[in-house]
Amino acid sequence: MDQVTLARWQFGITTVYHWFFVPVTLALSFIVAIFQTLWYRTRDDKYLRLTKFYGKLFLINFAMGVVTGIVQEFQFGMNWSEYSRFVGDIFGAPLAFEALLAFFLESTFLGLWIFGWDRLPKRLHLMCIWLAAIGTNLSAIFILAANSFMQNPQGATYNPLTDRAEMTDFGAVLTNPVLLWSLPHTLMASWLTAAALVAAVSGWHLSKLNRAGVSDDAAGAPSKDADDVSGDTDYADASGVTTTDNSVAAHRFAATFAAIAMIVAGVGLLITGDEAGKIMTQVQPMKMAAAEALWESAGGDGSGAPFSVFTIGTLDGSRPIVQVEIPNLLSFLATGTWDGRVQGINELKAAYAEGQLVDPSNKLQQAYADHMRAWGVETHTPIIPVTYWSFRLMIGLGMAAIAVALLMLWYLRKGGLPPRAPWWTLLMVLMPLGPLFANSFGWIFTEMGRQPWIVSGVLPTEAGISPGVTVLELWISLIGYTLVYGALAVVEVGLLLKYIRLGLPQVGPVEQIQDEHDVLSFAY
Amino acid sequence: MIGMNVEPTTLQLLWFCLIAVLWIGFLVLEGFDYGVAMLIPVLGRTDKERRVLVNTIGPVWDGNEVWLLTAGGATFAAFPGWYATLFSGLYIPLFLILIALIVRGLAFEYRAKRPEQSWKNRWDWGAAIGSFVVSLVLGVGFSNFVKGMPVQVAEGRQAVHVFTGGFWSLFSPFALLGGVVLVVLFLFHGAIFLALKTRGDIHERAKAFALKVGLVAIGGGGVWLLWSNLAYGTGLPGWILMLVAAAGLVFAWFMVKQEADGWAFVGTAVSIVVIAIGIFLTMYPDLGFDNSAAERPLNIVTASATPYTLTIMTWAAAVFVPIVLGYQAWSYWVFRRRLSTANIPDEAKESEPVG
Repeated sequence: MDQVTLARWQFGITTVYHWFFVPVTLALSFIVAIFQTLWYRTRDDKYLRLTKFYGKLFLINFAMGVVTGIVQEFQFGMNWSEYSRFVGDIFGAPLAFEALLAFFLESTFLGLWIFGWDRLPKRLHLMCIWLAAIGTNLSAIFILAANSFMQNPQGATYNPLTDRAEMTDFGAVLTNPVLLWSLPHTLMASWLTAAALVAAVSGWHLSKLNRAGVSDDAAGAPSKDADDVSGDTDYADASGVTTTDNSVAAHRFAATFAAIAMIVAGVGLLITGDEAGKIMTQVQPMKMAAAEALWESAGGDGSGAPFSVFTIGTLDGSRPIVQVEIPNLLSFLATGTWDGRVQGINELKAAYAEGQLVDPSNKLQQAYADHMRAWGVETHTPIIPVTYWSFRLMIGLGMAAIAVALLMLWYLRKGGLPPRAPWWTLLMVLMPLGPLFANSFGWIFTEMGRQPWIVSGVLPTEAGISPGVTVLELWISLIGYTLVYGALAVVEVGLLLKYIRLGLPQVGPVEQIQDEHDVLSFAY
Repeated sequence: MIGMNVEPTTLQLLWFCLIAVLWIGFLVLEGFDYGVAMLIPVLGRTDKERRVLVNTIGPVWDGNEVWLLTAGGATFAAFPGWYATLFSGLYIPLFLILIALIVRGLAFEYRAKRPEQSWKNRWDWGAAIGSFVVSLVLGVGFSNFVKGMPVQVAEGRQAVHVFTGGFWSLFSPFALLGGVVLVVLFLFHGAIFLALKTRGDIHERAKAFALKVGLVAIGGGGVWLLWSNLAYGTGLPGWILMLVAAAGLVFAWFMVKQEADGWAFVGTAVSIVVIAIGIFLTMYPDLGFDNSAAERPLNIVTASATPYTLTIMTWAAAVFVPIVLGYQAWSYWVFRRRLSTANIPDEAKESEPVG
């Protein structure tokens, strides 16, 4: 493999891997903060148990997000140094802002939150988790601002003296229309993912708690065993003891809250995804055509372009074996009208071959046009099967998870519990994986659909690599990351499963320590 | 010298200084948590003792590491040319640092998550070795900045610079000494931090270790400082900084002996600050590159971002750096108490898992 291919694989592997952890972290930080706020307000210890339980899952996941994120910040310079130099004047600022505004906030206040239970007043301690959550989410703003510049390079021009893109309008970078829709879209996707995890974990626990005599009220449940009165055991005990605590009520609250959050996030994803699609049609028309494997332009002649649900057969423009379509929907998604014209791959290819810019109104593309043509881009088309299927998997997996959330709400209505059955367990295992992989496919679509560009319509991907780095060095790092990341995946999934199965922890009173000889209530 | 006729703008100078400040923040703060982490398997004899060590840095290590990330981000934004040539030129060393940072970061968070002793031992060694590797590579790296890393203009691209030294050129005797010295310096700094933050046996052991490693740090650091001034000196300022740095280390050693842990910590901290200032002084204005073979130099002027970007960054830094300093200082205040094994709770007995 050549340097470009290796560098792309490495970026793909490390970024998709990083993004397994980030979406969960983004929204779970807020969910934990909400649980703790409810505890602070009501002093009902079911919320404290939820805070500690989901807080632990959050931290296990957060640690992975942090350490794999460092690789992201460094590898722009390591593998894509010419890209970094070329766009650093614009792209570097959001990364610096991210470190200064987001990383400091989240790391400092998360440290205070983890270790501060018995050292801070309750109100101040609650503030710490909120600030950590805000810091975590601020990160998303800056990273998406940087990424949106790659999709739609706004607020910059080309300076031939320095041979690079230079920022002319920071406001335009931060109000890039791609950013304005991809930010809420990404945050909604994070909520769907984290809420699916909470719904699945609590939903699974509820099914295990589903047996005769169980109720939401701790006092209402009879205790059978004398040594069970201590309260340090619940349904985890295999002796058939009836639950003696508020686990059912806690998990019911969490599952209901999360399932509703999933549905709300789902609606939000639909709206923001639709708007993002319209922007994409304007600034990256080839990506829209590639998402649909739309070879010939359609619509605009009184009829609309159909949306392809799925295709069996090749996607190379020859006749497919089976194709399921919804009439006129693509026109609506792309243009907002039922008969709008959507440009096909062949028409765009021909136009680009004649030198047309990806977005003719883009200032940076105009200013760099001669240099861009001098790079000699051979193909203007992304890999169609990848864009077509990743787009469908993104939507399909997300929707499947929401269907499960609806099913869960149906089971939980009027004090009911989900069934104690293997198929339910399987469903609970699959539910969080749906949005998780939908996130991956969404990003694979976005990034692969931008090809052959690293900065859309400006710099070809192969022009962005590091001139001094060798293929051997790339092999070393690619193999190194893959092995380390693979091993860590086993460790992290093992830990998550362990703590999920341990269930809600027992909690004692939360009090501040007074003396330096006091035993801490929590330490690593 | 090529550097003599470089005339940077105020903004360029400011950002060069700010990046130096970010590195200094990182070296002073994470310097001690690297030292502590390297000492986990050395000073911690029982699991509770090791937990005391981990907990002295547990709440703060991640915030300390952000200084490094911010230094990286600020270099990217303020000097894209510096970031591009440096990071691609030091590909394998940075790869090692990244892997080491991954392992040591997870070690603190994951060691307590399973009760098995073998699991904890593995993470303890991960934390120690990871911290050792990062310190060593950074020491080698900074020594190379002092020496100057040779760069050339890429073929046909006036504005693009590549490092031409090659991987093995990084390991000169001077650079290797620098790597060892940074490890020893962080061990000294970390042992003093432990003495400051603990009571009981650990405190005594940390003190005894600081007195031993302190001598090595003073000797090794002295040789490295002398060497860098003789071979790559910046004149009188360099010699003055060297004397202050050496005095800081000697002062720290005597303060450890006097049981004045706080003053000892001030001593190593001042020494690290001054050494870093000296290093950045040698890196001005060529940013640690050796431009003698380049037709067009890579320096504080040619590597810099536009005045527009630097202005925006300056406003952000002016507003947010004081806020960050404020809340980080507050977090150190919250966790100001010394720890001993008596403070560490027994591990909760885990209930049986469901399913």
